[in-house]
Amino acid sequence: MTAVIEIENLSTRFGETWVHRDLNLVIEKGEVMALVGGSGSGKTTLLRQMIGLLSPTQGRIRLFGEPLFTGNPEQERNLRRRFGMLFQYGALYSSFTVFQNIAFPLRELGVVDEDLIHDLVMLKLSMVELLPRHAWLMPSELSGGMIKRVALARALSMEPELLLLDEPTAGLDPDRSESFVRLISSLHQQLGLTVVLVTHDLDTLAGLATRVAVLAEQRILALGTIDEIMKVDHPFIRNFFCCDRAQRALQGRISVENL
Amino acid sequence: MSGASIVLETDAEGRRWLRLAGEWRLMALATHYAALNAELLKQAADASLGWDIRDIQSLDSVGAMMLWRAWGHRFPENLNTRDDLEPVFARLYAAGKLKEAAPEPVPPLEWVATIGGLTLRLWRHLVDFTGLIGQVVLDAGQVIRKPREAPWRESSANLYKSGVRAMPVTALVGFLIGIVLSYLSALQLKNFGADIFIVNILGMGIIRELGPVLVAVLVAGRSGSAMTAQLGVMRVTEEIDALATMGVSRSMRLVFPKMLALAIAMPLLVLWTSAIALMGGMVSAQFQLDISYGYFIETLPKVVPVANLYIALAKGVAFGIMVALVACHFGLRVRPNTESLSANTTASVVSSITVVILVDAVFAIATRSIGLPT
Repeated sequence: MTAVIEIENLSTRFGETWVHRDLNLVIEKGEVMALVGGSGSGKTTLLRQMIGLLSPTQGRIRLFGEPLFTGNPEQERNLRRRFGMLFQYGALYSSFTVFQNIAFPLRELGVVDEDLIHDLVMLKLSMVELLPRHAWLMPSELSGGMIKRVALARALSMEPELLLLDEPTAGLDPDRSESFVRLISSLHQQLGLTVVLVTHDLDTLAGLATRVAVLAEQRILALGTIDEIMKVDHPFIRNFFCCDRAQRALQGRISVENL
Repeated sequence: MSGASIVLETDAEGRRWLRLAGEWRLMALATHYAALNAELLKQAADASLGWDIRDIQSLDSVGAMMLWRAWGHRFPENLNTRDDLEPVFARLYAAGKLKEAAPEPVPPLEWVATIGGLTLRLWRHLVDFTGLIGQVVLDAGQVIRKPREAPWRESSANLYKSGVRAMPVTALVGFLIGIVLSYLSALQLKNFGADIFIVNILGMGIIRELGPVLVAVLVAGRSGSAMTAQLGVMRVTEEIDALATMGVSRSMRLVFPKMLALAIAMPLLVLWTSAIALMGGMVSAQFQLDISYGYFIETLPKVVPVANLYIALAKGVAFGIMVALVACHFGLRVRPNTESLSANTTASVVSSITVVILVDAVFAIATRSIGLPT
């Protein structure tokens, strides 16, 4: 197995507050890593640091074995083209149609002809289970679930090896949320993606994650499969996983005796 | 990482095979996409050609789509493939089966509908704007009846933002305009030996006309656009809906303070800018025509009746109210996307400047017999 993301001794400070201290994490190729933690535990911050939107106060992050900030614009751009990010609210360009949104990264690349771009956009739309006629809608005409799907199609348009999801199911009703989880899970299997996701939702966690990293007390408190995490005795983990709603959500996966 | 490669071979039976190998992924293909695609299309013209794609190390949808298109959206008759490449093509096949809706043709009388649509939009603007004016008048009545419930803090904040903070820029622009106007007039007046009339020209021009319009244009660009953008973003982030939910009138809390602030700030800014512009004119007149500051100041009240100052202040109030109302009108029309925000901000500034000029023309007609020296 090769590491896709390596985080070494990462520390982050906002003003006087330390969000992370000496945090270490390695994400392997092909796994689905979920970052969980309470509000303000720095999950989204960590996700943004992984893709270079924020630079850490101290420490090192390597993507595909390369550092994020090399000072070489060409190299940095190529590295950034190897991953796709699904933002929490989709972050679709509101003045573009769905088609233009998905085609945008390909057009920026500037080497592929328009016919191929057209076919690829239609392919991505079908991969996220949208219809060709949706391509001509504006983002303001889409429902919450459709925005997420279009954003996912856009994140996939550069054929990334790594997909980062920030709260992929937040704001979706349970039914939509479940089908979105199924969609991501099937894309993960088909495309052999590495997926990193931040979530609060236990159903999403149970449905997707192969490994879970629990962020609390400014570090990775626990790391492992869901079953392993459940065995860790810590107040935060007990509260997060072992209350009634968590048991209901995880019922399908584990027997109650394990708790 | 090895790039994609194409090799043409002939086997023992004399059949020609195209052997593809390497990485057929977007990032690897990007550098020589055009050449590869042309080569594929050239080779695919020969239907009897065999395709061997077993040596492809990795294939993503871009690579697969290139092949699929070269093959004419179906598998070629002679194809040697690997099982793990199947799903990539299966996705393409599934996507290809979906019917694409052709864009609807433009009906022949589309332009009639466009004109009609524009007229209706203009009508809606007028109706909404009238509604806004009515609402603000009602708010003003409310404020007079219950002064304690009026949004004084917001008004005061707006007064500071759009009045006090605008002083440096209006002063700078006013001073420079004064200098330029005085300099250009002086060149002409010298020819006629009518040097002393520089005071009349600057006094009447700046106080009655230029000062108010100049300030209105500056404030429309500076505060009007800010007001539209602020209301627009509040609309995007649903803050305006949140206000309505709490039973707070948006016109009372957002529109009225802005209007009140500009109605107070604008006449003061007009006074300030006109004074500075006259100073600029005075400086220039002294250099160009040797007209002393003392003479200038002494003559000014004699040649410019004080009524002009009242007209200027009245214009200031009217322009301020119009700029604020137009800005709020467009701000409240912003729909939740960035395009709408930018379009409405532009429309707000352009419309408020236009409205200011229109109102100025009305003033010119209404006051044509007031304040002119006999």
